[in-house]
Amino acid sequence: MKVGLDVGSTTIKCVVMDDAENLVYSTYERHYSHILEKSEELLRRAAERYVPGGRAFLAISGSAGMGMAESVGVPFVQEVFATRVAAGRLAPGTDCIIELGGEDAKILFLTGGMEVRMNGSCAGGTGAFIDQMATLLKMSADEMDAAAQKAEKTYTIASRCGVFAKSDVQPLINQGARAEDISASIYQAVVNQTIAGLAQGRPIKGNVLYLGGPLTFSRCLRESFDHTLGVQGTCPENSLLYVALGAAYYSDQTFDLIQVADDLQKHGAAETYRSQPPLFSSEEEYEAFRARHAKAAVPRVPFGADYAAPVHIGIDSGSTTVKVVVIDQEARILFTDYRPNLGNPVPLIRQVLQQLYDEHLALHVASVTTTGYGEDLAKNAFHADYGVVETVAHFTAARHFLPNVDFIIDIGGQDMKCFKIEDGAISNIFLNEACSSGCGSFLQTFAQALGYDVKEFAKLGLFADRPVDLGSRCTVFMNSSVKQAQKDGATIENISAGLSISVVKNAIYKVIRASSPEELGRNIVVQGGTFYNEAVLRAFEKEMGVEVIRPDIAGLMGAFGAALYGRGKAVPGQTSALLDREGLAGFRQETESRICGLCGNNCQLTVNTFADGATFISGNRCDRPVTGKADTGERNLYAYKRKLILGYKPVPGKRGKLGLPLCLNFWELLPFWHTFFTKLGFAVYHSPLSSRDLYLKGQGTIPSDTACFPAKLAHGHIHFLSKLGLDTIFYPCMTYNIDEGLGDNHYNCPVVAYYPEVIAGNCPEIKETRFIYDYVGLHRPKDFTKKIFTILRQYFPDITKGEVKEASDAAYAEYAHHMSLVRKEGERIIDQARAEGRRIIVLAGRPYHVDPEVNHGIDTLITRAGAAVVTEDSISNRVEKFPTTVLNQWTYHSRLYAAARYCCSQPDMDLVQLVSFGCGVDAITSDETREILQAGGKLYTQLKIDEITNLGAVRIRLRSLFAALDEQDEKRNEPRKEA
Amino acid sequence: MELEFQNYPKFTPEMKKTHKILIPNMAPVQFRILAAVMEQAGYTCELLENCGSQVCELGLKYVHNDTCYPALLVIGQFLDALNSGKYDLDHTALIITQTGGGCRASNYIHLLRKALVKAGYPQVPVVSLNFSGLEKDSGFPMTVTLMRKLLACIYYGDLLVACKAQTEPYETHKGDAAALQEKWLDTICGWVLQDKGWSGREIKAAMPRIARDFAAIPVRRVPKVKVGVVGEIYVKYSPLGNNDLEKFLASQDCEVNLPGLMGFVQYCAYNPSETARLYGGTFLEKHVSGLILKYIEGMESVMIQVLKDNGFHAPLPFRELVKLTDGFISTGDKMGEGWLLTAEMIELVRAGYENIVCAQPFGCLPNHICGKGMINKIREIYPQANITPIDYDPSATRVNQENRIKLMIAVARERLAEKAAGAAAPVSADAQPAAEPREPAAV
Repeated sequence: MKVGLDVGSTTIKCVVMDDAENLVYSTYERHYSHILEKSEELLRRAAERYVPGGRAFLAISGSAGMGMAESVGVPFVQEVFATRVAAGRLAPGTDCIIELGGEDAKILFLTGGMEVRMNGSCAGGTGAFIDQMATLLKMSADEMDAAAQKAEKTYTIASRCGVFAKSDVQPLINQGARAEDISASIYQAVVNQTIAGLAQGRPIKGNVLYLGGPLTFSRCLRESFDHTLGVQGTCPENSLLYVALGAAYYSDQTFDLIQVADDLQKHGAAETYRSQPPLFSSEEEYEAFRARHAKAAVPRVPFGADYAAPVHIGIDSGSTTVKVVVIDQEARILFTDYRPNLGNPVPLIRQVLQQLYDEHLALHVASVTTTGYGEDLAKNAFHADYGVVETVAHFTAARHFLPNVDFIIDIGGQDMKCFKIEDGAISNIFLNEACSSGCGSFLQTFAQALGYDVKEFAKLGLFADRPVDLGSRCTVFMNSSVKQAQKDGATIENISAGLSISVVKNAIYKVIRASSPEELGRNIVVQGGTFYNEAVLRAFEKEMGVEVIRPDIAGLMGAFGAALYGRGKAVPGQTSALLDREGLAGFRQETESRICGLCGNNCQLTVNTFADGATFISGNRCDRPVTGKADTGERNLYAYKRKLILGYKPVPGKRGKLGLPLCLNFWELLPFWHTFFTKLGFAVYHSPLSSRDLYLKGQGTIPSDTACFPAKLAHGHIHFLSKLGLDTIFYPCMTYNIDEGLGDNHYNCPVVAYYPEVIAGNCPEIKETRFIYDYVGLHRPKDFTKKIFTILRQYFPDITKGEVKEASDAAYAEYAHHMSLVRKEGERIIDQARAEGRRIIVLAGRPYHVDPEVNHGIDTLITRAGAAVVTEDSISNRVEKFPTTVLNQWTYHSRLYAAARYCCSQPDMDLVQLVSFGCGVDAITSDETREILQAGGKLYTQLKIDEITNLGAVRIRLRSLFAALDEQDEKRNEPRKEA
Repeated sequence: MELEFQNYPKFTPEMKKTHKILIPNMAPVQFRILAAVMEQAGYTCELLENCGSQVCELGLKYVHNDTCYPALLVIGQFLDALNSGKYDLDHTALIITQTGGGCRASNYIHLLRKALVKAGYPQVPVVSLNFSGLEKDSGFPMTVTLMRKLLACIYYGDLLVACKAQTEPYETHKGDAAALQEKWLDTICGWVLQDKGWSGREIKAAMPRIARDFAAIPVRRVPKVKVGVVGEIYVKYSPLGNNDLEKFLASQDCEVNLPGLMGFVQYCAYNPSETARLYGGTFLEKHVSGLILKYIEGMESVMIQVLKDNGFHAPLPFRELVKLTDGFISTGDKMGEGWLLTAEMIELVRAGYENIVCAQPFGCLPNHICGKGMINKIREIYPQANITPIDYDPSATRVNQENRIKLMIAVARERLAEKAAGAAAPVSADAQPAAEPREPAAV
């Protein structure tokens, strides 16, 4: 007899075969992380019922089976390998296997050079991801599959990591997109993820086999793969069991199964995981803790049917919940409501308002204020009086509890917000960027995965004796840490406590990056639904070593703050513009999704139409679909730079066509190279502004999925150029950049410097043309001229020294001219903004952040808010070199420091730093820039960007920044009261 | 704030007498001898051995979390040591290497100083060990003699590592190779402390004795999976950085080849002249590398000869290694491990260590190019290359990393079995990938 056990990340599979290798028993079950117990149980079951004598050949496989197998001395078979063994026996003639598991994605190429690919440590587009998305849509996996089959269209969802995809999906839900379409989009995202992340340029063709849970259960997912790959794949019989079967085939040692089961039990009892001190050492400690927190309560007053005094309503339409608070003139609470938003907040808010009207016949609404993700939608739908950015709403509420509050941390469903308060204004904001590690929704998803309700799950951890020490990083990684701990025998109580502690560690060390409680402040208010979880609250206090205030309405602070905000704004006797009884009764909302089509961006618009004919449009990057007018870009240096770059057109020449990819440093050096080669008689073409489509066309050849997005775009540009029928593509390697005298050295970052090597090594397109990617340095003009001459002569023997000299002089002149134009326009924009009394934002990044596909329209987002946008390189020449605390050795980053320094001397100028996800250099520059700005009394704002296109979080940050700046200005203008 | 940071404590010559210098442990064997060299030069120093979860946690706490993993670990290890109470904080200094290249690593020293201030140790000076003239006021005073000693020690270390790695998996009596390495380490450190053993003559005499000793260990040479390890220098060597990679590979019954530390030193020496050749420079700049390399070559050839004479696999001489990059990557790629990493992978594949772990910190910028970026190209020319890139960072779990490595090993074992079966039975085409050139990827 042969037994194969496959312990996956979410399920466990067991097969028993007789000596003729006929399958006599098989099972596929979720293990809810009870890995040891389940394995033990299955082995006992197999031994008792199917294996006479209890002795059989045995091997263990699966991502969660490794350590376990070793601990009991059973051979472990790597799961991809096991799959191959099984496929060799059961499905000969297979060319390629695609297997998706709970947390793994794998592609096996069997013919034409065997290769196996597994997802990298930064990939989440797998079964767990689909489950997470289904939870978000309030569907089961089956329901989601059924829904997807009724889809009419798909949306673009970031396909790199589950966390990003989630932040794309949530706004779609909030904007009221159809669940059917979202479902199909999620499957498509998984397909894109698998192909881009794993195939890496190698074509998938021939007989394709689909294995693993998600592909077995979802027809729609299989169809998406078929469609995208242009193949007709098959999902074979026993598609869930291939790994277990492979393990059984492979097994070559016999074991007494009962003995192995006993050993597993013993191993489980050993508790070998890493632990930390318990949250509470005694029942008394816990009681004291509860009593202390019970004091932070808002007074409540009865809200009778005949209540007629003016009330203020605050509506917080958050990412996963809708909260409504009604207060009286004295800020006492009359009414609260808290419910999950089930995808569309509008009908829920309507229900609550209806209830208020119905139950309180004399209701006098003085003001209605909305906040949160759905702020604009709710404000427009119900004619609320004010909208307030959520950070300000939370600050307003926190100040109510603790007037001298100096730090607020809010952990909500999928976002985390922290702000430092200095001199009564928000001085620093930390938002979790594209990463939602350790937020409430994570705890919830985890609780559900383990089969618990989230409240019950959190309680379990309170008195855990040895909480598991989990990492403090990404949600996706946390899963495997938990599994590991479970294998090592951690109890559910200790895991629960460990997860709560992780949430806190993420907040403190990842988002805020504080090193001591003093740094954060001593007067801390914690809020957000997640802090109802006493384990999280306790972990926070313990980690920070400080007692904090958690209001009894911790989860309602946004709505409460909004109501307080309205109360502050409303004039006495005011009546709100809120829809009246009839208006609300006849309220209707229709949602339609369409492509804008007014410009090349082709934004996917979601148009909400209400009963009174008013419409609310979201998903737009500019105001054109709303106002009908195009943005002139007159306050936007980014737009000007784009115009300059796009102004370089090919001129027919004697030496044929040459292409330049408009990526990375070409965003600055295009004027140089274009002029250089045009002078030499080439017709110089360059690739266009990046687009989603351009990216997707090149994504198949990206070898490193953790490189920054601007670098990955290079592949698309090369692909584009390869279709133009060019003779040559020129993309030089450049260790050094131009020396502008601002730093200690003048390097390019490693990626900018050497990306052409990656192109040469991975893009098949360049084989069809001549690809010149030699090493040159523009920082030494004389040497450059000599060097480029020797390079070019190899390819164009007729080129003369004189020609090159002339071309190079012209190129340097053109580059200088280009930079001077940028600076001049920057000056003009600054002058105009000052004349018009506008704020000036230095949107500081690298030259390639000007690409709209890279910055996602953040520049126009700022100008739409009324401010002017200039670039770092337009002002970096206004300061002298100054000492920095880090080694100032990259040209682009020296400009950043210089721009930050210059901002400090300009009262109306503030810096916002764009940081590309995965930019290792910015781990250093962002801290330094922050220090320079803070030393100069300025706020520091950082926006992390990736291929992700959701601007919701960016908008919140920018609006918070503007709100904080306004408040600072007001303070400054107020005459000082104290002597 | 800014001024405060500018006023970091300098490591003054007087401190040589008063301060104990803590050394982070990167390559355990080589660094042990290096520590002896420093001791002999009159410094009091200690090679840090502390590890454990708190090291990484302290790093996370005091360094930007997106900074590379080696920085987190090195700084965490220092802080953990300072926290331990074992050291007199007013008489302790730290030493850290600085390459001065375009990689983030040149900034470690600044991150360390920032972290020291944040963690409450502003008085602790940091010494920069570099050859680029950075940190003039806190640099480690480098003399020609000292440099020669350091080079000799690196070669001793590389030799010990190579001999042990090629003996241990096959020894008939477990522990022989490790014990012998330990014995020689003690001997060499003993020499060094007496200012002996580092001259050309002494090296020429000592190295054959070492290799002979290892060759005399009784072994049974059965075919084993041969794995090469390349990568970012810290995670490549440091057990703390790579979750005890060598030990893990050994437990999987593999022979492990960690290309020597000297390669990196030679690479650093090679680059200045290459830079001058590429972008222009003075005559001296163009030729200084050649002079240094020539000098190192003297010792290199001894080691290579000694390994060969005793039946061990010897690495290619550096000047041959440089040539391997032809057609793969330019030697102009000089940030991080740059072209050297690519060259090492090619060398390993050609020498039969075709199974390679390419280790890097998560998000390592240079390795996007010279590591992950070159794998496809290498496979195109050497289809037998079985390379798996592994990312290391505070949250990547060991299970996940080991699982990937196991996959690589599983494929390697299968090939080994096929090779053993050899001509005996015809194997199907798809099961013998080495024989078939990889199909070129289509657009």
